[in-house]
Amino acid sequence: MQRRQSSETLKKPPQAHHKNQTDLSAWRKGRRTDPEKSVQSHQSPNDQENDSEQDSLEEALSYFGQVQDRVSLRKNNVLQKHLTTVESIAVQRGLPPEGFDVLLKVALSGKLADTVNTRLLKSLVPASVIPETSVVSAVSWLCVSKCSDNIQLLFLRWLITMFDFIDHKEELHALYGFFFSFLQDEKMCPYVCHLLYLLTRKESVKPFRIRRLLDLQVKMGMQPHLQALLSLYKLFCPELVTITLPGKMKTYFKNSEGPWKAAINTVRRRNQANSPVFQTLFLGTAQPQSRKRKWNTQLMIPASSTNRNNLEEDREKNCVKLYSRDESFPVEQLQTFSQLLQNIHRLEFPSQMGSVLTNPLLLHYMNCIKDESVYLRLYYWMGQTLQEECTWCVADNSQYEEEFKDFLETVYKTECFLQEGFSSCEEFLYKSLPLWDGVCCRSQVLRLVSWIPLGTFSEMKSHLYDPLVQLFFTSSLYFKCSVIESLKELLQNWLNWHVIHLDSESDSQVHSLNTTLSGLVNTVAELIHFVGRISTVALRLENNHLFLLYFILDFYETVCDIYLRYNLPLLIMPPAGVFYPALLSMDSVNLNQLCYIMYRYRTNLVAAKENDLSKKKMLQFKFSSQTYQEYNQYLIAMVGCLWTSSAFQKDTHPQGLRMDDELLKKTAVKEVKTSFNIVNHPAMMGYAVHFLQQAWPDDTTFNFSLIKGRRWDWYLEYLYSQGLEGLKVFIESSINRVSQASHSKAENVQV
Amino acid sequence: QHNADPQKTAFLLRKQWTLYSVTPLYGFSSAHLKHYARLLSAFTAAEKQKGLAVEVGVELDIKVTVSNIPDLKGSDRDQDAILVQLSLRSSASQKNSEEKLVWSGCFCCVSGDHLSENLPEDFTCLPLFLANGAEGYTSIVGSWFQKTFDCCFRRLAISPLNLSWMAAMWTGCQVDKTTSAMELVFSAPCLPYPLDISYAIHPEDAKALWDTVQKTPGEITQEEVDVFMDCLYSHFHRHFKIHLSATKLVKVSTAIASAHCDGIIKFLQSKYLAGVLTLLTELAISQIQ
Repeated sequence: MQRRQSSETLKKPPQAHHKNQTDLSAWRKGRRTDPEKSVQSHQSPNDQENDSEQDSLEEALSYFGQVQDRVSLRKNNVLQKHLTTVESIAVQRGLPPEGFDVLLKVALSGKLADTVNTRLLKSLVPASVIPETSVVSAVSWLCVSKCSDNIQLLFLRWLITMFDFIDHKEELHALYGFFFSFLQDEKMCPYVCHLLYLLTRKESVKPFRIRRLLDLQVKMGMQPHLQALLSLYKLFCPELVTITLPGKMKTYFKNSEGPWKAAINTVRRRNQANSPVFQTLFLGTAQPQSRKRKWNTQLMIPASSTNRNNLEEDREKNCVKLYSRDESFPVEQLQTFSQLLQNIHRLEFPSQMGSVLTNPLLLHYMNCIKDESVYLRLYYWMGQTLQEECTWCVADNSQYEEEFKDFLETVYKTECFLQEGFSSCEEFLYKSLPLWDGVCCRSQVLRLVSWIPLGTFSEMKSHLYDPLVQLFFTSSLYFKCSVIESLKELLQNWLNWHVIHLDSESDSQVHSLNTTLSGLVNTVAELIHFVGRISTVALRLENNHLFLLYFILDFYETVCDIYLRYNLPLLIMPPAGVFYPALLSMDSVNLNQLCYIMYRYRTNLVAAKENDLSKKKMLQFKFSSQTYQEYNQYLIAMVGCLWTSSAFQKDTHPQGLRMDDELLKKTAVKEVKTSFNIVNHPAMMGYAVHFLQQAWPDDTTFNFSLIKGRRWDWYLEYLYSQGLEGLKVFIESSINRVSQASHSKAENVQV
Repeated sequence: QHNADPQKTAFLLRKQWTLYSVTPLYGFSSAHLKHYARLLSAFTAAEKQKGLAVEVGVELDIKVTVSNIPDLKGSDRDQDAILVQLSLRSSASQKNSEEKLVWSGCFCCVSGDHLSENLPEDFTCLPLFLANGAEGYTSIVGSWFQKTFDCCFRRLAISPLNLSWMAAMWTGCQVDKTTSAMELVFSAPCLPYPLDISYAIHPEDAKALWDTVQKTPGEITQEEVDVFMDCLYSHFHRHFKIHLSATKLVKVSTAIASAHCDGIIKFLQSKYLAGVLTLLTELAISQIQ
């Protein structure tokens, strides 16, 4: 009677919050017909295979909904047929939401043989979601214990596997106590623990439950599933229970996915877009540690929640509600960006700020919450860790270089992410650079240099430039290039910082010495002069090595554009020791880059002059006439070399190319004047040869003097087509060609 | 000068303490010491039996007390020192169970208030930490503090330069009874086997030498310390033809205290306790800044 009643109530269609209402009504209609008849009516052929499958599934479901007594599988063809239908559809497409109620009920009610129940449970694969109501009613069947132990276990495993497919979980949470009571059953215990692990929320953790779990622990000893559940309890209520998990542990729960794994994967692949993300275990253990670390230093810290909030409770129990941040979202559970967005209002920083370094989501959060304490905590931790672990400052650390490298790398990446340098890192560099050999963790250290915040010059000189320059001059070519590159990045970071703060200047309260414009200009100028000096010497030392020159010109590519790109009234020309080696370089890439840089200098200077004339802004910062003069000197030399073949006469730079005719004669070089024009320049000669080969395929004499007049223009076009963009913009902007026909009349355009 | 009750700080005397520097504790409140003790004892129990959960607040074999020592500070602007003690209970009987102190640790700040200037209120500055007892317990308590208050512990080594300062300062201190000799231990570097040289001086001789070196009483300069040590070195060289300046000073023992370069200290005179702690606080602060 009772069973009947309950089946009556369950017969009502699942309280419909499903979209597939049409399916449901069709299914209800089919149910009224006699099972035997429905089998008959099924014979009518359907056009579409899907439709026929749909129909046969409906029939099967209605059959299972009405099964009354124990039916033997072997003797009953109808049961066999419907079972096969359910199984095949489940494997292929998954079952619709409305199927679960009936099938769970029949499987757990013990009406059919266990083999049938097992097969039914194994085929309960959802096509989309599983309605919560069906799960709740299944649990009520579980509680009346009509089914065998094996089926109970299988159901629990099914529930764990399908947990994320259940559409709502509120009512399921209400059953927490029921599940908890199943813990007594030794066989079910591991699965119940897993299920509780999935269900547990902060409010589920109660002292009496903790005591029960501890009793179980006494009875059963260390069991991974108990450990996992207890550590989750600890996560939510560290003031009630604590546990230290052994480090080796990897799996805490037996794999329950077994029978459904393949089918679940198929379903998930099919609706990849909206498939639920599986809740991963977030126990703070299994941290692979490459060595037995000292207890007081940890390079990589997993994020774990603070438990300070709970301290208020025992003091002022009545005020708990005022203080309580029960709502807070444990950082351990923070796995995806959307979780961050949804919980950003109830997120707290982890107990140890060092853990943000390896957690991009928390870095995002840190970026949003500008809190002084956060930076201070990070400052202290990072400062101490860098000093303690530094492999060249602390003698015993040398064997852990790889680990320290990784750490520096992580710090650098964090700085890039936050777009600002850490002061603890700056202090570390200042302390450790004088002791550095330039080899240990080289690329990491040099990268960190690029994030040193803007300081005063005297500070930079004694702490950064002086130790760096000693290493620079005594180290390899590659080291020199790396230093120049990181100084270029340092310059860019400073300039970017300036641009950003220019925008937010009005609302910022901090105006220390080095944030004033003149302070900034001075510090940046000193950096550029410093690089100019070391570049000059380095080019000498390395015999004007092309590779080094490339890095140096790269630096000046940023320098030449400071006024226009970064809105900073500062233009500094490269020293002659850089300019002339680049102009006379053997390599067209460098020459082309020099042309581009000179073009950008010109553009910046012209813009500055115009602004100056219109007195628009930055009145206190005028470029000195010396800068213009220097530019013009370089321009004369360049045009004299590449175009008018007059560099030896016209170059006015004191360190320039000017030479007496007498002296030139002594060199015994033929046509010495034209030897650096765009045809004969060593960097360009390859192009000239190719051009001649294409223009006069039969001529093998390589008569370069053929390139003149109209052919000169063709040659120019040829050069431009070869990707010499720098040369193109330079010639077009800086050479005033009076007549297209005669290049000799062309002259340089001074600023 | 702060008036402290010597009884309250006597526990520090005649024991060997390992020194650590600690960065400011975040979110620490001296109103919750009992609660901290409960959490820490459960944590200690859980650490000792890895993998088994421990309920917070129940009676355990290990008992932790956390208490204030307001007498251990240099000025009112210093934070109250915090004493952490671990005792083992003999599980024989519940009521009259004996407790045996196995480990103590003391966080303090003596005249180090300049560290806390400009720091937000949620930071507590107790930069010097002294530990006595098995290192295993130090690591458990230390890890708990690191995790709970986001601070960093670092061993506080004492450089030979600072040791020579201690030698000079302590030589000049008045001690009622002439007790033990002043002893300096040197270690010769870069040898395949360790070679330690112990240099003992009668405290009155050392005092007489220091009095000739020190120009203004109550004030010490680096130059004076250098002269003092050089005198001792040249005396030694005259007798043994060994240049102590080429070795490393590793330990200084006087009637006031003894200090080892590895960061181990023993206080011997209650009168000078605050003075020595002030110096150590200074060293700890310079290590964390």
